[in-house]
Amino acid sequence: MWDYTDKVNEHFRNPHNAGKIENADGEGQVGSLACGDALKLMFKLDDEGRISEAKFQTFGCASAIASSSALTDMILGKTIEEAEKITNKDIADYLGGLPKQKVHCSVMGREALEAAIYNYRTGKTWDKEIDGEVICHCFGVTDKDIEKAVRENDIKTVEDLTDHCKAGGGCGNCLPELESMIQRLSAEEPAAEEDGARPMTNLQKIHFIEDVIDREIRPALRQDGGDLELIDVDGDTVKVRFRGACSGCVVSSITLKDVVEARLKDNVSQDIVVEEIK
Amino acid sequence: MKTVYVDNNATTQIADEVREAMIPFLTDLWGNPSSMHTFGGQTKKYIETAREQVAALIGAADPQEITFTSCGSESNNLAIRGGAEAMDKPPHVITSKVEHAAVSGPCHYLEDRGLRLTKIDVDAKGRLDVETLQREVKAGKSLTSIMWANNETGVIFPVGLIGEMVHEFGGIFHTDAVQAVGKIPMNVSELPIDMLSLSGHKIHAPKGVGALYIRRGTKVKPLVLGGHQERGRRAGTENVPYLVGLGLACELAGKKMNEENTRVKAMRDRLEAGILKSCPGSRVNGDPAGRLPNTTNISFDYIEGEAILLMLDDKGICASTGSACASGSLEPSHVLRAMQVAGMSVHGSIRFSLSTYNTEEDVDAVLTELPKVVKRLRELSPFV
Repeated sequence: MWDYTDKVNEHFRNPHNAGKIENADGEGQVGSLACGDALKLMFKLDDEGRISEAKFQTFGCASAIASSSALTDMILGKTIEEAEKITNKDIADYLGGLPKQKVHCSVMGREALEAAIYNYRTGKTWDKEIDGEVICHCFGVTDKDIEKAVRENDIKTVEDLTDHCKAGGGCGNCLPELESMIQRLSAEEPAAEEDGARPMTNLQKIHFIEDVIDREIRPALRQDGGDLELIDVDGDTVKVRFRGACSGCVVSSITLKDVVEARLKDNVSQDIVVEEIK
Repeated sequence: MKTVYVDNNATTQIADEVREAMIPFLTDLWGNPSSMHTFGGQTKKYIETAREQVAALIGAADPQEITFTSCGSESNNLAIRGGAEAMDKPPHVITSKVEHAAVSGPCHYLEDRGLRLTKIDVDAKGRLDVETLQREVKAGKSLTSIMWANNETGVIFPVGLIGEMVHEFGGIFHTDAVQAVGKIPMNVSELPIDMLSLSGHKIHAPKGVGALYIRRGTKVKPLVLGGHQERGRRAGTENVPYLVGLGLACELAGKKMNEENTRVKAMRDRLEAGILKSCPGSRVNGDPAGRLPNTTNISFDYIEGEAILLMLDDKGICASTGSACASGSLEPSHVLRAMQVAGMSVHGSIRFSLSTYNTEEDVDAVLTELPKVVKRLRELSPFV
């Protein structure tokens, strides 16, 4: 049972501004049947350029319907420039807060607003182009979406990211990647000046590999009671030893190739080969 | 407002008789069954009566084949983890894609420890892919755990056939029968079943009590160590009042088996037909020809399950949904997804599950309120 606020319950049970507007000045739809929620937002402007009528149609749960209803209330009487400033947090706040797992409903509201404003300005249908590489295939979330979400909302954990934009909430296959993206983005430094022009010195390489092991590999192994020790770096050959539950584990050779080597290839160099020292 | 409870696959009302039978063991007869003195030791015989009552409902040859546990989940864990550990070498673990988490959880636990795990598919009606199972059981001794009936759709699996396949190659067969016990007649002594889980609160006993049938000769390593109770299979002072309650609930279920399969089934059928007729764009999930008598799972196009449930809740109607939005995760029902039910229909699925405590008035109440809810939510939907 969700702990919805009275305001959410009120807007769900008696939604404001449900319905359609014929010949709307702006209209935008986001979400889909497959994803489990969708919102279509329509508005009309008066002579002074203020939103005089706003309607919504929503397929979704109680908080999706309540967020839609709240959004229409919030944009009424505003100019496009004013409405544009409404964030998903404003929608959630207007409702007295949403359960953590339902924050994405308010994000859907914000996106529908963007889509409707885009339609008003360009006359075109807002079609969320797949911009970037799809990371979460269950919900079609790209690396660009994730970057934006993390940067704009100070997201620190994968759970928060899932609550925000659903990424990682399906099959879970992308969770390790989301984790490393969040770590990378939150530890972000200005882009390296040389842009890969100079090869790393051996010492730099060792530091870098140690850093990747510490940040990306060790936490995953420790969850299963294992650990990994860096023994030597010889050119592109990295020698490691498994410890704890990983040593003697029959699947450690898979772990070595699939986890350790893959991560180092991604982060250090495609030429890296990892060898296990028993 | 009267509560219309049609969510009996989630939990059931405690039978008055069961509650009354438990009370003496919560008031006067609170002794420890292991005590040497008469005051404690006298309670032992009530546990053994309960064991006989459980054995009788499922057709176990010997009451000693019943081990009491704290719940269905514990029974499943004991069967799967304890069963695998007791086998002479690590088995190939086989299960289905539509099991309850209390089965898939321990199966994944074994997989994490290096055992091979295979999950068998179901078809669009939720029926097990028996051909694949036939192939998989051949690859070395298996510990196969496949439910007797599915909690979400009520679809019944051919446990006799599955058991034969598993036994032919020396494997062990466990079935999670938590939803089937008390709803369909069964006789485990005549079936190739080595272990069977059941739960009290699904058959009008309280939550917090269950049992595992372990066929004589089947080896299981205990999960709870440190006592001789349950013949060393499950340590811990016996929960006498709850065991007495479970025993009586089993006896009552046996007596009501006929009613379950006639009156309850007829109410379910009337409810289902009434919904399909009054709500266009609705369809049944599962296999209408091979289902529990009390369960129906229906998808409604273009609307979402949590919203339907909350609006029904306003009218005192208690049901459940396979929608992701109601579950706390974003992942919708794994059962309906394994059946390749389209995304929209998964999100808009509602399960109604009846019991002998339901009346025709309950069915009428759902048939009055549900079409209004569906209509109202469709008016809000952008897809209609």
